[in-house]
Amino acid sequence: MDLKTIPLSAWLGIFSTSLFAFAAIFAPLIAPYGLSDVVGDVWEPMSREHLLGTDNLGRDLLSRMIYGARTTLTIAALATIVSFTLGAFLGMAAAVIGGWADQLLSRGVDLLMSIPTLIFALVVLSVMPANILTLILVMGILDATRVFRLSRAVAVDVNVMDFVEAAKLRGEGRIWIITREILPNALSTLVAELGLRFIFMVLFLSALSFLGLGIQPPEADWGGMVKENKDGIIFGIPAALIPAGAIAVLAISVNLIADWILNRTTDLKGGRGGN
Amino acid sequence: MNDAHFLDIRDLKIGVTVREPGTPPRDITIVHGVSTTLGKGKVLGLIGESGAGKSTIGLSSLAYGRGGVEITGGEVFVNGRDILEMGRSGLNAFRGREVSYVSQSAAAGFNPAHRLIDQVIEATLEHGLMSKADAEARAKELFAALSLPDPETIGDRYPHQVSGGQLQRVMTAMALCPKPDLIVFDEPTTALDVTTQIDVLAAIKNAIRLTGVAALYITHDLAVVAQVADEIMVLRDGVTIEHGSTKQIIEDPQEDYTQALVSVRSIVHQEKQPDAQPLIRMENIVAGYGSGPDVIADVTVDIYQGQTLAVVGESGSGKSTLARVLTGLLPARSGQISFDGRTLTNAQKDRPLDDLRDIQMIYQMADTAMNPRQTIGTIIGRPIEFYFGIKGQELQNRIAALLEKIELPADMASRYPAELSGGQKQRVCIARALAAEPKVIICDEVTSALDPLVADGILKLLLDLQKRENVAYMFITHDLATVKAIADSIAVMHLGKLARYGTKTHVLTPPFDDYTDLLLSSVPEMELGWLEAVTASRKMESAGN
Repeated sequence: MDLKTIPLSAWLGIFSTSLFAFAAIFAPLIAPYGLSDVVGDVWEPMSREHLLGTDNLGRDLLSRMIYGARTTLTIAALATIVSFTLGAFLGMAAAVIGGWADQLLSRGVDLLMSIPTLIFALVVLSVMPANILTLILVMGILDATRVFRLSRAVAVDVNVMDFVEAAKLRGEGRIWIITREILPNALSTLVAELGLRFIFMVLFLSALSFLGLGIQPPEADWGGMVKENKDGIIFGIPAALIPAGAIAVLAISVNLIADWILNRTTDLKGGRGGN
Repeated sequence: MNDAHFLDIRDLKIGVTVREPGTPPRDITIVHGVSTTLGKGKVLGLIGESGAGKSTIGLSSLAYGRGGVEITGGEVFVNGRDILEMGRSGLNAFRGREVSYVSQSAAAGFNPAHRLIDQVIEATLEHGLMSKADAEARAKELFAALSLPDPETIGDRYPHQVSGGQLQRVMTAMALCPKPDLIVFDEPTTALDVTTQIDVLAAIKNAIRLTGVAALYITHDLAVVAQVADEIMVLRDGVTIEHGSTKQIIEDPQEDYTQALVSVRSIVHQEKQPDAQPLIRMENIVAGYGSGPDVIADVTVDIYQGQTLAVVGESGSGKSTLARVLTGLLPARSGQISFDGRTLTNAQKDRPLDDLRDIQMIYQMADTAMNPRQTIGTIIGRPIEFYFGIKGQELQNRIAALLEKIELPADMASRYPAELSGGQKQRVCIARALAAEPKVIICDEVTSALDPLVADGILKLLLDLQKRENVAYMFITHDLATVKAIADSIAVMHLGKLARYGTKTHVLTPPFDDYTDLLLSSVPEMELGWLEAVTASRKMESAGN
């Protein structure tokens, strides 16, 4: 890969995504104040001491943004991993095995998808113990339905290729066919989707937190911070817009990278996208 | 304007900008200064392998470049005007009126939602050349001239209601309808079966003669173009190799490359006699897909150790289905397969690993038969590892030995399929089959997607390997020239049944049954006047009956 061929838009995406990732990883080192220290007045404007001002309880907004990045990115990333491992494996298995296994899995997924995700998550989270593990699993499993459909569709296409038939004729097992013959050919599509799903996870988590069922206070996450500061908007205080803006910027930057990957790793036959 | 040079292509240069993902765009020249002229009513055959630039040159006479192709230099005069200088509206008035085009795949060239006649006269009406009634009358005349059945009413049908060969002739009628001066035929018979091809070819030739239109006839099959063209231009890598009258090219080719094209398929194969005991006997096989009708019915064939059984037939005759039954991917509905004296389980998934190893397969499309994400080394090494459990250095040695057998350099092992040419890919597929050290290899149309010279090399390699490894082939093909070159015994299939079966000499010696006769006489031969001779003798026969 030649660095010079990366388009400007992808550089922009890489730059801001790394900035967020850097903030998340080194949060305790770079945050000027503690996560829940009350350091000033309620909703102080931006100043030298508080670069982004303070929030509804007088905590430093920049520090909470930095810690929030950590929570938001970690949980979204873990949930994406759960959703991809589960969805991609089951989707490809359904395509390769076919028959009743495919029917069972696909109809099960249809059933899950027929209930609006947010409502389903609200119901489940309100009866389950509210901790981060439950949150990740619920988000991961609900989102896996989308990945399942995508990877099944891609795998069905690859599964009818002659080289898969050649492998079956050879007597290869299903695990080999899924991991060695189909997965490498589905990977570019899945990687591009990975970026998109990650963003949906961030939005999903923010929505849950905003509704009070996601990350519980005093822990900070961007969705929860919008909720905490939303009343300030009435008084013309922009504190709620900062985490909201961060979510938007992250979404756009990850998408810029995903677009570039989708264009770059087109299939070797020279099809889709690239030209 | 000069009738003898009404099409005048001067020093044509054509380039294309390649935009591979991850690399900066590159400009490649694909046609390097080709010049030619064509008189009114003459037919020029453009012949060459894939990538020779023949279609690109053909399309340039419509001032058109397909998929990013750009005409970068030279002039194309049609009727005395340089069409490359024409503006958009000038070209719109010119295309389809003075020059029209017949594509390879007529099925893709028609809109399935409209009746044939409306599509045939569309260009004529668009250019305001005739009234609707006149255009329809002309279309019907053309249908008759192209020997289509029911010329008065066939135009009322939809594209899916006529056969592929008929559709190709309707497309020719569409091109002829606006009375153009020139038609570009781009491989019009390549996708057709031989028995259909001969009808289409005769119809096209007849229509050209009747209407006095000039034509550029693009094909990779010299025997076909020899039947219709007055002159032939041989192209290779965008350069003219030789240009002369058809008679001179066929009978007295000057350049080495042309000589190779003319003498292609001259492999002489000494037929072997069947042994007492066949290696594989497929007995009374009946098979079909899903709950559909039987695709093959009551077929019995034998395959002998170290010999080749050629299974011949048109598309839809059931020859590939027979192969799928042998592999076990499609278990037979009834009948049995015996292998080395014992009965083979019908379903592939129930067969022991050794039986799977003994029957290997090579596919028609080498592109899709190899995983694009695996290296050549992995592709041909996997069967060795899988069946024999060989790993490490020993595996590398075996891979190198296999590459040597298929006449490819050892460093190919680290390359990916996309980096290989078509012929090399097919060689790798042969190596993958050989790696399992099988007793029989099923070759499913392995040469039909390749250029004639490359296909010749593959056939020679297969014969050579058969001698050395004593492996049997079940060779499925629609190409009788290939069959003559390699078969020991032949099974002619027609509509799912065996039309004729026996040793090569037996099958190819008269008296023939009707179907075998039709099939054999339809294979184009590389001599002038062959088409007329065959059609004349067929007319005599039908008159005699």
